[in-house]
Amino acid sequence: MNFDLSEEHQLIRETVREFAEREIKPVAQELDEKAEFSTTLTKRMGELGLFGMYLPEKYGGQGLDTLSYIIAVEELARIDGSQAATLAAHNSLGIGPLYYYGTEEQKLKYLPRLCSGEALWSFGLTEPGAGSDSRGSKTTAEIQDDEWVINGSKIFITNGASDINMGCTVQAVSGEKDGKKQFTTILVDGDTKGFKRVPMHNKMMWRASDTAELFFDDVRVPKANLLGEIGQGSKIMLATLDAGRLSIAAMGLGAAQGAYELALAYAKERKQFGQPISKFQINSFKLADMAMKIELARNLLYKACWLKDEGRPFGLESAMAKLYCSEIAKEVADEAVQLHGGYGLMKDYAVERFYRDQRLLQIGEGTSEIQRLVISRYIGC
Amino acid sequence: MKILVLIGNVPDTTTKIKFNADNTAIDASGVQWIINPWDELALTRAIELKEAHGAAIEKIVVANVGRSETEATLRKALAVGADEAIRIDADPLDALYVATQLAAVAADYDLILAGIENADYNGTAVGGMLAELLNRKSVSAVSGIDLEGDLLKISREIDGGAQQLSMSLPLLAVVQKGIAKEPRIPAMRGIMMARKKPLNVIAAADAEALTAFEYFELPPAKAACKMVEEDQAASLIRILHEEAKVL
Ligand SMILES: Cc1cc2nc3c(=O)[nH]c(=O)nc-3n(C[C@H](O)[C@H](O)[C@H](O)COP(=O)(O)OP(=O)(O)OC[C@H]3O[C@@H](n4cnc5c(N)ncnc54)[C@H](O)[C@@H]3O)c2cc1C
Repeated sequence: MNFDLSEEHQLIRETVREFAEREIKPVAQELDEKAEFSTTLTKRMGELGLFGMYLPEKYGGQGLDTLSYIIAVEELARIDGSQAATLAAHNSLGIGPLYYYGTEEQKLKYLPRLCSGEALWSFGLTEPGAGSDSRGSKTTAEIQDDEWVINGSKIFITNGASDINMGCTVQAVSGEKDGKKQFTTILVDGDTKGFKRVPMHNKMMWRASDTAELFFDDVRVPKANLLGEIGQGSKIMLATLDAGRLSIAAMGLGAAQGAYELALAYAKERKQFGQPISKFQINSFKLADMAMKIELARNLLYKACWLKDEGRPFGLESAMAKLYCSEIAKEVADEAVQLHGGYGLMKDYAVERFYRDQRLLQIGEGTSEIQRLVISRYIGC
Repeated sequence: MKILVLIGNVPDTTTKIKFNADNTAIDASGVQWIINPWDELALTRAIELKEAHGAAIEKIVVANVGRSETEATLRKALAVGADEAIRIDADPLDALYVATQLAAVAADYDLILAGIENADYNGTAVGGMLAELLNRKSVSAVSGIDLEGDLLKISREIDGGAQQLSMSLPLLAVVQKGIAKEPRIPAMRGIMMARKKPLNVIAAADAEALTAFEYFELPPAKAACKMVEEDQAASLIRILHEEAKVL
């Protein structure tokens, strides 16, 4: 066994860390307060090659592996959850399904622009009536005159409505087979008639990430916009979520790392009763627990990435990593605020933002309850 | 024109430096190594020149005297945009030793850029010594460099002002802050390409170190902060005057 990261993985970590510290950190608080999505930072991520990291060069990608991508998400989340969300959602949900299931023509049409950071693509699965239970979907797609006609709506769609959104992969009910709903995924360009993209405001967390509601009112797209095959929607969705879970896990790991570093620095600096508060055993033990949980989370997540890069099944491990990393992010951020005392509740202290941002991680892309359901099925319950 | 940029491998500037048991060497465990900040700026400027002047600059090569551990630092220089790297396989014993090793590979380059100092021992000697060994003209404390035809336009910051020079090649420039605005963050594509760029390892030339480290000392710990109650201005003035001696 070898736990060393390669020289290249290390260089990727240092590079993304430098970018996050130099270019994201100085603006993170302001973007959060104004709930402002930054096209500037998104473009910079594109220039650095953070979009499509695991895609071949001919589609505008970088030809790196899953672990490289996960390290990049982790390093952004160590500084700012919102920017990590933009990166993770675009890579895993926007680019991923197009790359894995698109025809060569579709890939060449969309991927180069999407990898450049000039444009973003979203993945529309969740609906008001279909959250954890995606089979509750009501959005429909039917073929009329050689075109798909889509009706319905989607909610909570990341990267779905900013100025640089270029479209969405929509999951819709396309019919029934053996009494069961049949799902199909279809590509809808942003400027298609009848397709409305509305930003959702007033989020508690990821305030600088773009979240959208999407409305489809007799939206007509060419038949060739089918992604994969008719009836393959569930399979595409499940595979996309398996991979997406790794990036949510990376956000949990990065958030935990960031909050822990803030807490450690603060606890060594802050003096009460004549000594740094880190000297009180109850506090040093909290920090010790944080360090241990982060180490465990990292090992589990990197192992899941390794399995994926080896072409081996990784669904069980990715569900475990998503669950564990997101839950320790909550625990670490919570204790990090505790160590900051009253200051931890003030917006001038970054730990306050970490406390809010981590909260989505136990909900998005399958709640913690659903992860436990997935794991329990894998282990044969 | 070929440019050679000297690359020092130094501890990250935020590292808490520790020494070994008898204080004769830095304890390298847990140290994060980086490109010497001045060298990183020099490399950035070299790349900017290449981007601006295209064909006039044939290639940028980076060189380091060090053991295999320094290859990660050279690889980063390649990721940022250098075309080739040279590692001279030796411990960088002292400034003259390092300059002698570099002299063996540097003669071919029209422009050599050396950082004004290395952020580890701050010796500020290698650049000047190398120029001397190569018998080539050099200019120090360079804070701006540009190419105009065959000439280099050089600016130096001097006491109370700036000096503008026009110099011909070959040249060795010892550069300082200001030579480039900010070091470049490599793109993922650069990191991928760095994999395929040559990193040549060269055996050390025969040379001797003329100095040896006896021991290192850490600066004395900063004196504890003294708190003065808010209504005790007179006592604050007395402390600043008599103890801190700043008034
Ligand atoms: C900021 C943000 C970004 C998002 N981005 C996207 C996106 O890009 N694309 C997309 O398609 N979706 C996105 N989502 C939606 C997200 O995936 C859903 O919110 C999530 O799947 C949960 O669905 P729900 O909110 O409807 O909750 P519900 O499914 O209604 O869950 C409510 C509670 O019931 C529990 N529960 C539900 N079913 C069970 C069960 N069988 N057993 C036990 N407990 C259960 C849940 O665990 C949860 O605690 C995003 C959400 C947010 C908030």
